[in-house]
Amino acid sequence: MATVRPIRSSPPPPVPLDSHAMDNLQYIRETMERAASFTAVPGVGGIAIGCTALAAAAIAARRHDLASWLVVWLAEGLLAWTIGFAGSALKSRRVHMPLLSGPGRKFLLGLAPPLVVGGLLTLALFQAGMGAPLPGIWLLLYGAGMLTGGAASVRVVPLMGACFMAVGAAALFLPPEWGNVMLAAGFGGIHIVFGTIITVKYGG
Amino acid sequence: MAKQNALPKETERKVRLAEIAAGPARFDRLIHERLRLGIVSALAANESLSFSELKKLLQTTDGNLSVHARKLEEAQYIQCTKSFENRLPKTEYKLTAAGRRALERYLDHMEALIRAMRDR
Repeated sequence: MATVRPIRSSPPPPVPLDSHAMDNLQYIRETMERAASFTAVPGVGGIAIGCTALAAAAIAARRHDLASWLVVWLAEGLLAWTIGFAGSALKSRRVHMPLLSGPGRKFLLGLAPPLVVGGLLTLALFQAGMGAPLPGIWLLLYGAGMLTGGAASVRVVPLMGACFMAVGAAALFLPPEWGNVMLAAGFGGIHIVFGTIITVKYGG
Repeated sequence: MAKQNALPKETERKVRLAEIAAGPARFDRLIHERLRLGIVSALAANESLSFSELKKLLQTTDGNLSVHARKLEEAQYIQCTKSFENRLPKTEYKLTAAGRRALERYLDHMEALIRAMRDR
């Protein structure tokens, strides 16, 4: 007579509930971090840009003629572009996503036209010898570009754009002496604050 | 004396664990599944993502992604919009408010589980 044996051998030891839960949390975190590459805006890069902008404001405050003041801020603009681009490239490489995919491309396409307009207006106003409206115009255009370019990104990016526009609007109507302060508050302060938020919440 | 104190604590922990594990209102099986959890997490970090972006991000197949995305869509956790871009069909997904709440509830649930097990 055949012996009766259980079909299944003894079950594997149970996985503790909390390690399952930890694993799930880890998975959520990793997925969000990878997905956050679509913000395309590097958080750490933003903080670095903010710091260089504060330094630029300190240097520019000591320049009293329009041409040398402009040189300081144009150099800062170039430096910020380099940091921003390098930051985005590093971030996308870290999460194995192409730099110019999806929202990354949309962000650049949204940001580029206002920056071109800003460059042309800067040239025209410089030729006319009018430096006073430049801080307001720069902050407004940069904010507008970020607001439209970041529409496909996480909400914090267009919100950052709106903050730039608010500071820019204030700068436009404040006395010209406030120019460097507003530029420091905008390109320095806002970049550092939002760069920190993006780094902490959306993975670098 | 110490044993008498320990007993209610142990009972309390068991009750708490049972509540967490059994509470159907709190435990969401729909997003517990790996890929669905991935879709919801990815969309929580983005305003919207296209089908191909999600596919690349979660490293899955067309069939798998569309089946799970449809389940989430039926539960109204995600919203799907179909359009054409250069004559090619394009599907965009967005997390709804209900989906975001579900993910938050799920996170709370996992944290509660970990806390309950650690308190042993």
